[in-house]
Amino acid sequence: MSFGGYLLAMAVTTYLIRMLPLTLFRRPIRSRFIRSFLAYVPCACLSAMTFPAILTATDSPIAGLAGLIVAVFLAFQKKGLVTVAAGCCIAVFLCGELSVWLG
Amino acid sequence: MARQEYTDGLKECIPVAVGYFSVSFGFGAVAVNQGLSALQATLISLTNMTSAGQFAGLTVIAAAASLVEMVLTQLVINSRYALMSLALSQKMSGKIGLGCRLIFSFYNTDEVFALAMARKKPLTSPYLMGLGTLAVLGWTGGTLAGALASAAMPGAVRTALGVALYGMFIAIVVPQARQEKPILAASLLAIAASCLFSWVPALQQVSAGLAIVISTVAAAGICAVLFPVQDPSSSQEVKSA
Repeated sequence: MSFGGYLLAMAVTTYLIRMLPLTLFRRPIRSRFIRSFLAYVPCACLSAMTFPAILTATDSPIAGLAGLIVAVFLAFQKKGLVTVAAGCCIAVFLCGELSVWLG
Repeated sequence: MARQEYTDGLKECIPVAVGYFSVSFGFGAVAVNQGLSALQATLISLTNMTSAGQFAGLTVIAAAASLVEMVLTQLVINSRYALMSLALSQKMSGKIGLGCRLIFSFYNTDEVFALAMARKKPLTSPYLMGLGTLAVLGWTGGTLAGALASAAMPGAVRTALGVALYGMFIAIVVPQARQEKPILAASLLAIAASCLFSWVPALQQVSAGLAIVISTVAAAGICAVLFPVQDPSSSQEVKSA
């Protein structure tokens, strides 16, 4: 599959999801199940994407785990998006340096 | 008047644009690391304007999975935007024309949506365009910068930047999960399912994109049955606005 095909599939799907409710289907959703389902999708999805993938995104699972712990700690303190992301990166970087230094 | 509205939108979006720049810098670096060119990474950001969707899209591209899987992944991950657009369309007056709605649909992200919903004055087309200008520039510019800088970066820095998006996801989920038990339940269920797909040999055949879709749908579905939401919070906000 070419890159162009993927790009088109991604962009068109994402655009239609946002565009149709702003133009054609403007009625509120009545079904309580669908409303509940949609309320839980974002966090469920982001969680499924983050763990366990973060463990294999770095050179060692320990570095990934360190990034995860630092990020969860900072987010728990309600730090902003950039702070949490930066803390996560710095933890992974330091872990990597440490393992090189220790040989 | 129109100019003032546009400037208002620009100003309100500055903090969001700065955040977008730094996070999408990480996206650009990751995309190049996975074999895309800087131009391709930038095109994805310009046309998609969504962190989680794009990130999952990279996984699908890397796995050389089918287009059906790409569409399915984006549908599930980005379904929340339908809810946001729906809520916002209740707040938009009939004066906001089709052209503005069609353009705004490119960049109705979580943060832009929050700004537009919080606006005390009635929404106008110039204001909505102002919101989008810097959001798109920040997100796309950050991706380009990250993609170009990636080649010059030492490997350790590139690896570290690779987790920036995970950091952002954690920053979004943890405060909500801390406050609302059903969200915590949905997150933990989704993580459990996603671990099964990664670690159980028979389930490892399922591609990464599809595994995210199934984990999300299962967790959100179970929680929707166990903890149905009370009121349509979005339409309540609209009534008070």
